[in-house]
Order: sequence, then structure tokens, then C-alpha cells
Amino acid sequence: MSMPFYVAPEQMMKDRADYARKGIARGRALIGMVYEVGVLLCAENPSRSLHKVSEIYDRIAFAGVGKYNEFDQLRVAGIRHADTKGFAYARDDVDARSLANLYAQYLGQVFTHEVKPLEVEILVAELGRPGHEAQLFHILYDGTVVDEQHFAVIGGDSDAIAERVVQAYDQTFGLAEALRSCVAALEGDGQHLNPQDLEVAVLEDRGERRTFRRVNGTELETLLGDAL
Amino acid sequence: MALPLFDVVQDPGPDFAGLLDVLAVGTQRGDRGSVASTVLDGVPHGTTIAAARFRDGVVIAGDRRATEGNIIANRTIEKVFPADRYSAVAIAGAAGPAVEMVRLFQVQLEHYEKVEGSVLSLEGKANQLAQMIRANLGMAMQGLAVVPLFAGWDLHRSQGRIFTYDIAGGKYEEEAFYATGSGGRDARATLRLGFRPEMSRDEIVRLATKALFEAAQEDSATGGPDLLRGIFPVVGVIDATGYQRVGDDELMALARELEGELTTRRQPQ
Repeated sequence: MSMPFYVAPEQMMKDRADYARKGIARGRALIGMVYEVGVLLCAENPSRSLHKVSEIYDRIAFAGVGKYNEFDQLRVAGIRHADTKGFAYARDDVDARSLANLYAQYLGQVFTHEVKPLEVEILVAELGRPGHEAQLFHILYDGTVVDEQHFAVIGGDSDAIAERVVQAYDQTFGLAEALRSCVAALEGDGQHLNPQDLEVAVLEDRGERRTFRRVNGTELETLLGDAL
Repeated sequence: MALPLFDVVQDPGPDFAGLLDVLAVGTQRGDRGSVASTVLDGVPHGTTIAAARFRDGVVIAGDRRATEGNIIANRTIEKVFPADRYSAVAIAGAAGPAVEMVRLFQVQLEHYEKVEGSVLSLEGKANQLAQMIRANLGMAMQGLAVVPLFAGWDLHRSQGRIFTYDIAGGKYEEEAFYATGSGGRDARATLRLGFRPEMSRDEIVRLATKALFEAAQEDSATGGPDLLRGIFPVVGVIDATGYQRVGDDELMALARELEGELTTRRQPQ
């Protein structure tokens, strides 16, 4: 007769966390950074069509690293939540904080109750407006939410990259400077990143309702300028 | 609110109206038309709207009056709405359901764009609107019909296009121009007489404004330009750069010009 074997809860959580962390560490990193007039999201992503960074709502963007199908499912759920809320109430009632809480709830739920935790780490960014600072919510695989100041790094090797960002960061950065510092931090010492290897998007006020904009092609090359 | 996640079978995909159905939010498509069997009256109705193609795109316009029987319910209602960057919808019929339909339509297009990462074709947008009108048929039978005009810039064909609808959701494409609503006949007559292919932007804005002006002469439910209160029709131009609303300054100048014409009709000089 076989004995049902006992696993200590601490051990079980640790195993799950290790599993999720391993999955996330395999992926490339992504930086979210608040600059002078907006929020920059810069990812190392050679794919043109499988996005890591996307629009959620008028002033909210989503970024995810880890397993693509898992964070993409979260992205779509975020758009659904935001659009439904904005339709039922008003567009101004949609905010990043409540969305971040929902993501945290869900990730926490899956982490403790499902067989396999989600191998994702996500960032919910909201553009600031007069009287409200820009916000970056960093949500981990186990549902932990961190309200990051100024910048956030998620994905593989994030500690080393964060170290490099913090040395260069300045709140008064314009878009070009912010972008260059992000690319330099992602590059580290060894590798060199071309514009084709990057996925870049910003939240920036241009007098329109929707503030999300992808930065690519010649605009990206111009912004990177002599950093190349 | 919980995070709206679905299993594969239930997933509504990029369809926002479908999502509302699954979430059972508000009184969406499902239960429309089951309210009462009598015809409702005393509900504000929007009146004349018009659209016409020109050289670089399409113009879409609507007057500002809503009526409730013989009463003016609202002098400043807007009946032309940008649906997204490259298209606009104008509404005639019961104002309440029409405005709600436009709101749903706007979110529907943006929702698709965000979820799919690509914009619907103009034809696709026109078909989506047709389905919404079809879903409103029950309400239409109770006197709350919504009859929109849809116009936009077709990015694939690089031209402006106009779509008209009937209350059952039938969709028809117009080659040159169309007008509908209570003053639609008069507006159409003006458009027919003044329309030429390849007109410029300024010419077509003038013609569309004139169509509404003439409709207001014949139809009591259509509001003309109101210089006293500073109320002018909503005129939108859609070309390769997207939707742009014509400014009130330009419309005021046109209104003065049209009133001038009216005066010379009475007293030839």
C-alpha cells in the first residue's frame, strides 16, 4: 500500500516560485520608464508581430514578459475589463490601479490553487496628468504588486539591468535620452542591440484621447541616433 | 468586477458586443424588443443627416435639432460622431437608442483594434453597424428605429465610401451622396442638383451645409443654422488624414452666405 506523501507548504510554494522564475528568466527583459512628458516602454523583442507591449486604454499600457500565450491572455483580459468598465461608467473611471489589483488577484489565485503557476511578469503603466503622477504597477507571477517609482525592469536578468538604469536615470529625460538609457541598460557590456531587436512604445499626450503610440521605423532610428 | 477571462469555447474574441452578452452587462442585444408591445411615442427623434463623396474623401453632416412630436426637444443635439480615426456615423431616428448604438459601435471598433492589433476594413466596420441595427429591430417595431449613415476613408482602396441602412439592418453602398431623416428628401434634392464628381473639400462642405439649410426650409423637424444662438450643423470631413470636424467659423460664414442667397431670392437686385 502506498503512503500519500507529505509536502510541506513552504516547499510547495518554493517549488512553484522556482518554476515560474525559471520560465521568466529565460525571456528577454523589458523596461518601463517615466520620462519628462510620458511613459516609455522598451523591450528586447525581435518579433514584429508578437508584441510584448500593447495598448489597454486611453492612458494605460500593458507590458508582459515570460510565456507569450499566458501574458497575451492577460493583455486581452485587461482590454476587456477596461472597455467594459469605460462603457458601463465613463472613460475617466478606468484606472490602472484597479486593473493591477485584478491582475494580482488572478495571478495569486493561480499561483496557490492551480497545478502550474503562470510564468509571467507584467507591467501596467498609466500616463500621468496634472495632479496625478504617472504610475507603474509591476505584478509578479505570485500576485505580488509593486508600485514602482520612475522605472521598472521585468524579465530575465532584471536586477543587473535595474542596477544600470538607476545609475543613468534622470527624471528630466526627454524621450530620446530615456530611450537611449534604456537601450544601454538592456545591452549591458556584451551585446549590441539594433533597432530591429527592439519593441518600443510610449504613452504621451498629443491632444488626442488615445495616448498609446508605437515607436518604430525611421522614428526609432532617429531617436536612437548616435547611440547606434 | 472580476478579470474577464474565458475558456476557449466561450471566448468572445475581439467582439465587444459579444463580450457584453457573455458578461450579461446592461440590456444589450439579447433582451431588446421584449419591453412592451405598444408603440412608444414622446421620445426625442433626430432628423436630417447627409453624406457625400468628393475628390479626396467624404463629407458627413447633420443638423442639430431633436423633436418630440411637434415640440423641439433639443436644439444642440449632435448627430455626427467619429466612429474611429477614419470613419464617422450620423444618426437619424430615436435619439436615445441611436446615441447608445453609436457609443457601442465606437467601443466595438476600438476593442477590435486593440485585441487584434489591426484595424477593421471599412467594409468590416459597415457590416458591424448593420448587425447592430438588425439587433435593434425589436425596438424599431416599437417606434424606436435607428437609421444611421456610415461614411469613411477606405485605406485599402484609397477612397471615401458611404453606406446607408434600413431599419432591418440592410446595408447599401451609395456611389455619390445620400441623405436621410425627416428632411432627407429635401436634402437629397439639393445634393442631386449641386453634386458633381471630383468636387473640392470646400465645395462639398458648402453643398452639404446647403442641403441641410434647404431641408430646414421645408421640414419643421430640421433645424437650420441659428445665428442668433450660434448653433451650426455638425459637418465632418474624412480624408486620407482621418476625421476632421469643420470649425464653427467656417460654418457661420457659410450660413451667412446661404441666408444672403435667400434674401436675394425675395428681392432681386
